[in-house]
Amino acid sequence: MTSVKGDPHPPLLYPDYRSTRTRAPSRPLVDLAPSLTELSGPVLPEMRVGDADHDLTAQHDGEPLGERIVVYGRVRETNGRPVPDTLVEVWQCNAAGRYRHQNDRHPAPLDPNFTGVGRCLTDREGRFRFVTVKPGAYPWRNHPNAWRPAHIHFSIFGRAFTQRLVTQMYFPGDPLFGQDPIFNSVRDSAARERMICRFDLEQTVPEWALAYQFDIVLRETPFE
Amino acid sequence: MSLPETPSQTVGPFFSIGMTWEEGPFVLPEGTERAIWLSGRVFDGEGAAVPDAVVETWQADPEFRGFGRSSTDDHGRWRVLTRKPAAVDDHAPHVDVAVFARGLLRQVLTRVYFPDEEERNAADPVLSGLEREARETLIAEQGGDGYRFDIHLQGPHATQFFRL
Repeated sequence: MTSVKGDPHPPLLYPDYRSTRTRAPSRPLVDLAPSLTELSGPVLPEMRVGDADHDLTAQHDGEPLGERIVVYGRVRETNGRPVPDTLVEVWQCNAAGRYRHQNDRHPAPLDPNFTGVGRCLTDREGRFRFVTVKPGAYPWRNHPNAWRPAHIHFSIFGRAFTQRLVTQMYFPGDPLFGQDPIFNSVRDSAARERMICRFDLEQTVPEWALAYQFDIVLRETPFE
Repeated sequence: MSLPETPSQTVGPFFSIGMTWEEGPFVLPEGTERAIWLSGRVFDGEGAAVPDAVVETWQADPEFRGFGRSSTDDHGRWRVLTRKPAAVDDHAPHVDVAVFARGLLRQVLTRVYFPDEEERNAADPVLSGLEREARETLIAEQGGDGYRFDIHLQGPHATQFFRL
């Protein structure tokens, strides 16, 4: 795979990912002289997060099917500073590769015990922890026989609105990486690697769940 | 220490199971005095409504800070109930708007300004740095219950977005 050093983020127009052709902004972006609006960000009330919201396997009467996993990590800024008390949201398909969404037509079964949505606030050190099941791969119609590698969507607020990040966490060694234009839209190979979690034997829970570490680094912004 | 950033990825078409919540569009509760609806539609490069976007708004002035989140409906419509912000320093009143969607590998960020603030808008450092055509894409229209702000990702009316 080609490696391009520099910008860790994908270009907005990446024609291999078909939807970018009609949705990537056509007017060139310009720099913004920041005001208080860009230097501050939403602090969401704790009540938005319920006690069980970080455990996607405990939101129904029964347990979901699939391989139970722990996903944990830290949110920091590029200067190394942890981002505490920030909302981390995740969503994913079930172990069979099906989202609980009315527009998902993939003929794989829904799991009555899995919604696929979680959230939590980071602690003082910027740490978060989710319990879930490993999502499946699924087909989509971007190109002939296109399949998305298994992934969990992550949304992080950070401390300023301009720090906000939505990304996808992938799993080590996925054979579908090579043909996936969303993963490959990140042109720097080292940056692509940072979207892949690390299997962590130490954090597995014996006779219960495997564990993966996913650390997230937000851009640094000047603050009010 | 300098840690490398985590790259952005698209929210995909199914974010609405995870990134929306019931009271998201209500920065202020219904019935709040002086509340306004800030609303609009999102269009793609073919002029089609974008039915699977999420629009987030953020505003901050010395008295009030508010965050709104609205998914678009089948007609590409979004709306948040909020209040008009005050000017901060030499910046005219504005609300930041970020759009997330399938086909957007990173969110796009713009600012909504208000049509009834001609004088402050003329002195605003962001607006005054733009060509007239681009500047006009950032001014909302006055509507019955507030202000309307359509977002065009591409095309002749393409909205001016800012580098993150």
